[in-house]
Amino acid sequence: MSMHRITAASVLAFALGAGAASAQDTGLGKPLTESDIKQWDIAVLPDGTNLPPGSGTAEQGAKIFAQKCSACHGDAAKGGIAPYYPTLIGGQPLTNGIDTVKTIANYYAYATTIFDYVRRAMPYNMPRSLSDDEVYALTAYILALNKLIGDGDVMDAKTLPQVKMPNRDNFIMPYPDRL
Amino acid sequence: MSHWRRRRGAPVLDFAAANGLIDRRALLGSGMTIAGGLAAAASVTGAAAEPLADAPWSIAVGDVMPAVQTPSAFEKDVTRALSNPNGEFRTSHARTPHHRLGGTITPNGLHFSINHGGVPNIDPAGHKLVIHGMVRRPLEFTLESLSRYPLVTRTAFVECAGNSAPMFAQEPLQTTVQMLHGLVSNAEWTGVPLSTLLDEAGIDPTAKWLVAEGADAQFLDRSVPVKKAYDDALIAIYQNGEHLMPGNGYPMRLLLPGYQGNMNVKYLRRIIVIDQPAYSYFETKNYSQILPGGKTWRYHFLMEVKSFISQPSYGSSLKQPGLYAISGLAYSGTGRIVKVMVSADGGKSWGEAALQGPIHEKAFTRFVMPWRWDGQPAILQSRAYDDGGNVQPLRAEFVAMRGEATRPVTTPLTFPNQHYNSITSWAVDSTGAIKHVYA
Repeated sequence: MSMHRITAASVLAFALGAGAASAQDTGLGKPLTESDIKQWDIAVLPDGTNLPPGSGTAEQGAKIFAQKCSACHGDAAKGGIAPYYPTLIGGQPLTNGIDTVKTIANYYAYATTIFDYVRRAMPYNMPRSLSDDEVYALTAYILALNKLIGDGDVMDAKTLPQVKMPNRDNFIMPYPDRL
Repeated sequence: MSHWRRRRGAPVLDFAAANGLIDRRALLGSGMTIAGGLAAAASVTGAAAEPLADAPWSIAVGDVMPAVQTPSAFEKDVTRALSNPNGEFRTSHARTPHHRLGGTITPNGLHFSINHGGVPNIDPAGHKLVIHGMVRRPLEFTLESLSRYPLVTRTAFVECAGNSAPMFAQEPLQTTVQMLHGLVSNAEWTGVPLSTLLDEAGIDPTAKWLVAEGADAQFLDRSVPVKKAYDDALIAIYQNGEHLMPGNGYPMRLLLPGYQGNMNVKYLRRIIVIDQPAYSYFETKNYSQILPGGKTWRYHFLMEVKSFISQPSYGSSLKQPGLYAISGLAYSGTGRIVKVMVSADGGKSWGEAALQGPIHEKAFTRFVMPWRWDGQPAILQSRAYDDGGNVQPLRAEFVAMRGEATRPVTTPLTFPNQHYNSITSWAVDSTGAIKHVYA
């Protein structure tokens, strides 16, 4: 038999012998429990999968934003040092040009992206220091500033995925065969 | 130059294209000579030679050998270009100095790097990779456990989707190949095939997507098709023979040969197997492109066929007429480079460059073309072809399809758009000065 034709899987299967549970079971990966995984799993999906309990409103978000976000993003999210911290409000039509600044209002497909990113990455120098309620409130604040929800709307695991983002259906996948 | 062999009866090669491009087989050990010779030989004078003195480094014992060697002090200018040297609260880029490098492997210290939340200082003893979601058996791995697998090695380029973005400008920026094209590099990567780990976890056959997440300050995450995982994805733990550089993902990263750099998630801590993409921040905003007319591309993935001339290029100049080697890099996220054509007259005529082997798929291929500069203006270009039948687009074709920036581009550090893969043109004037032009 040519050595070149031996696949990694068959090498492993041979190495493990007939007593192994399966050809792929190397014993090198440590099995995880459901509670282990829960601690890891912060990814929120567009359909709302994995959104945590909790809620917030724009009014609550405004206060948190002033304390924890405005140093970079400017008062009331109007923008900080250009061009690194642009305003989080509004946006030009994408027909203006291929270099139109991409914003929440003119670009994002799902409001869940805001929640997910703020929770995983913000504030920039203190990531994952916000409570889930704070993240809901900040998400509500930013959405309300963009008039994508009402000022009094409560954002939670049920309402956030239902926010309709203007640019949602404007995307093309260039290589659908690669899925 | 006296060692050039001029064998009697050796085939004489013609010029390959106008303006001094010489057949690619010349000077590559083929023993072939060039019609008309290469250049007037340096004149030999009858003056008495000066006495030959041994150089200082030849008459004294050298330095003590260091445990880890670094480049010669005379190479101090061979550095990456930094976009955020003071570590402000924003993205940092380090661009590879292609105009100062040869071959195809980017030295680890000069591999490009982009970090959206600083470079994490990860202790591998405290780093874990978990695979969970639509799998039968969620698993956790460490650098130590991954190192026990039979590892595989491959060469691959990694390119930021925003590499070459300054070339969306309506006017060509006068800047180096490093600033234009420095967000792509090429290395030999060693690691565990992702498919091996997914099989071991028992992936649900209906799963379509993975979300890969890093352990950096942003927990940066990107959605990746399962199809790519089973094509050629790797969990890389070595880069050119040593463990990954901190800026390139230490202690482990996802390697997706030919796909947008940002998808090759560094500091990899988690892979979730799911049935839908996550629409993470980076795939929602930064790594998505606006097209002329306002439609947008999302989940573009592929870095398409491309090449650029690294030597000669902006920032250098030709000192005198005579022989030069036009040299550069070609690569394609689709497969292997099969041909690179070079022009010295702005695309009016093209000659085929020599390719330095071995040619790996989804990796840098260096091309080289002997050129006799006659002291007249010239415009140097390269155009790459891959084994999927893809051809690097001419600028007019590219602009017609993808458009140009509407606002002035004043610095190469901005990203008017992404996925630029058209041709780079260097104009040489009669003084030997080199400018960046669109041609």
